[in-house]
Amino acid sequence: MYRYDEFDEAFVRERVAQFRDQVARRLDGSLAEDEFRPLRLKNGLYLQLHAYMLRVAIPYGTLRAAQLRQLARIAEEYDRGYGHITTRQNIQFNWPKLKDVPDILGLLADVEMHAIQTSGNCIRNVTADHFAGVAADEIEDPRPLAELIRQWSSAHPEFSYLPRKFKIAVTGAAEDRAAVRVHDIGIRIVRHPASGEVGYEILVGGGLGRTPMIAKVVREFLPKGDLLAYLEALMRVYNLEGRRDNKYKARVKILVHEIGIEEFRARVEAEFARLDGPSINADPAEQARIAAYFAAPAYENLLPESGTFEAARAANPDFAAFVEANTFPHRVPGYAALTISLKPIGGAPGDITADQMRVVADLAERYSFDEARATHIQNLVLPHVRKADLFAVWKALVAADLATANAGLITDIIACPGLDYCALATARSIPIAQAISTRFADPVRQREIGPLPIKISGCINACGHHHVGAIGILGLEKSGKESYQITLGGDPGEKAALGDILGPGLSADEVPDAIERIVARYLDTRESGESFSDAVRRLGPAAFKSALAKEVHDAA
Amino acid sequence: MPPETAITLVTREGLKPDRFRRDLETSAPRLVPLDTLENALASNGEIGVEIANTVKAEALLPHFDRLALIAIAFPAYGDGRGYSLAKQLRALGFTGTLRAVGPLIADQFHYALACGFDEIELPAANAARQPEPQWQAALAQRSLSYQRGYDQPGNILERRRARRGEG
Ligand code: HEM
Ligand code: SF4
Repeated sequence: MYRYDEFDEAFVRERVAQFRDQVARRLDGSLAEDEFRPLRLKNGLYLQLHAYMLRVAIPYGTLRAAQLRQLARIAEEYDRGYGHITTRQNIQFNWPKLKDVPDILGLLADVEMHAIQTSGNCIRNVTADHFAGVAADEIEDPRPLAELIRQWSSAHPEFSYLPRKFKIAVTGAAEDRAAVRVHDIGIRIVRHPASGEVGYEILVGGGLGRTPMIAKVVREFLPKGDLLAYLEALMRVYNLEGRRDNKYKARVKILVHEIGIEEFRARVEAEFARLDGPSINADPAEQARIAAYFAAPAYENLLPESGTFEAARAANPDFAAFVEANTFPHRVPGYAALTISLKPIGGAPGDITADQMRVVADLAERYSFDEARATHIQNLVLPHVRKADLFAVWKALVAADLATANAGLITDIIACPGLDYCALATARSIPIAQAISTRFADPVRQREIGPLPIKISGCINACGHHHVGAIGILGLEKSGKESYQITLGGDPGEKAALGDILGPGLSADEVPDAIERIVARYLDTRESGESFSDAVRRLGPAAFKSALAKEVHDAA
Repeated sequence: MPPETAITLVTREGLKPDRFRRDLETSAPRLVPLDTLENALASNGEIGVEIANTVKAEALLPHFDRLALIAIAFPAYGDGRGYSLAKQLRALGFTGTLRAVGPLIADQFHYALACGFDEIELPAANAARQPEPQWQAALAQRSLSYQRGYDQPGNILERRRARRGEG
């Protein structure tokens, strides 16, 4: 894991001091509220329905035990005892007071964390595959790349007042678990087809929100050493040419769409050609310095299978079900990556209490080389657990109400805060997630249905990724009532697709029944071993329309 | 020329009176809009040009050696195009004075200087609300930076390199 050197440390401390001063200038009137706003946003501080909300970055999702314990302390001392993991590998606190925020930022700095650029029209927290360094299908761990971009984008003098927010996601694996195609920039670590050299494929112009788009390839192969100069060129084109007349058209995806990817590519390449790469890029020694922090931990030489593990699994069906749903194959024999679901049946997706954070911290320290991860699916991961330890970890998780065996299943729902917290919401989303989760609570049935990611947003801004849910649910408001639009066939991964709207909106009460019918249609028509998403791809979303129509008809 | 109309500019060295006048009749150095630049350049005296942040940097390249000042408009402090334009003008070789004109805030002073600006011309109300010491204080809050190729202090990558003994 990356550790701050004295420069990183001093940089973050300076930002805390600066924000303390900005708060003071806001309070004495030197700064008007509209001038203070972008400053607080650049420190992750939003004004929400009921209170301020502080969004803390978990760069590329990686956490140490000490950091989790500090988050727990902040949740207890400055919030109501819990935090909320978001779809961009951040953690949000929903109830801090403005006057306390500089102190909270100080506590974060104590454990090498910050809230820098978690909101505002700047380059946001860089996200990465949550199985980075673990997955067997990986060319290279993407986190050194993410860390380099984190540093480069921090307080960037030229790119801190962009037309709109800018989100970057990176992956080093064949399977895209980081949703790189729905980000402003997605970076895939690839091998050059001819030379075998490791470099980057750069995608641009993906995004969700009111105009969802899948990113396009802007550079098929970028040598690693050219990264920062290329990003500078691309960001400069966007900063100069991105629309500023309409905030709904200000994302880079709109620019790419309006001028076309060829023209966009030509402008970026022209700017890139003018730059003096060696005076901009991080030199190989700096790249190596960062990469060294992400060297593999000291794994033991283990047999691929563990007798104690197999025995526990055979003896305990609950544990077996948990292992089946929540473990992910580790590239090192004898280890597994373990998803800790923050989706208890009927709970608020992504919420975690301070006590639970401490439990995860202890487990990470004891069983996972002091490492945990936050995922964009709003769960946590212990990335390197010996199979022989899984049973002990599971028992500890059971005691902490953290052992829900549903990773990737129909109750592992992504939901944005919605009308319960968010000032922009047009409908509730958490209660919809809770209702669906309760309806499909039966673990046997969940396993029978198999992987089925449901994603819910409380308004068109799509923070809950509904466009790329196998089933997406968008909460709107129609003549004073909540109305939920169902989409089908979305996919955030390497087969990225936006879901199709299935039919007219439903009331909140009707949603669980509609999902039930869609699932029933799937179970009736699936071929053996066919996942929900594959079935929708084969049959087309239209084949599911009548399932929804029936529902509307019944309700009428 | 009544001196009280002189605008004050915020610079690294503190406040500075404006030598340039937008008044066409003046014998002082003149600041002219882009569409009258050709005419103005035909006359003698120091000339500066005031441009929108949508002007292409290359368009001014032919005039670089005659231009003492390029003033770039910031229509709102949140409109960051001027930073990129300044950076491009410097990259193309402009060595005269670069001025940011608009309602910037003290916290952007560092960014403006880093991108190649020399001075900030504030609307009077903004200048009154944010006295000069705040600008210097905001600058002093920034002693370290990660990006190379910008005019800012404390480059972390260079420091790491120095510490590695690579000078
Ligand atoms: C609670 C306060 C929040 C506010 C005011 C807010 C606001 C917004 C807005 C306005 C957009 C649309 C931006 C655009 O299309 O240009 C957006 C998109 C998005 N937000 Fe939020 N959001 C909030 C919470 C969250 C949370 C909790 C998450 C994570 C669970 C999140 C993650 C995202 C993502 C992933 C997108 C869509 C992807 C994209 O930007 O294209 N936001 N948000
Ligand atoms: S999708 Fe809408 S309701 Fe949900 S968090 Fe985003 S802005 Fe708020």
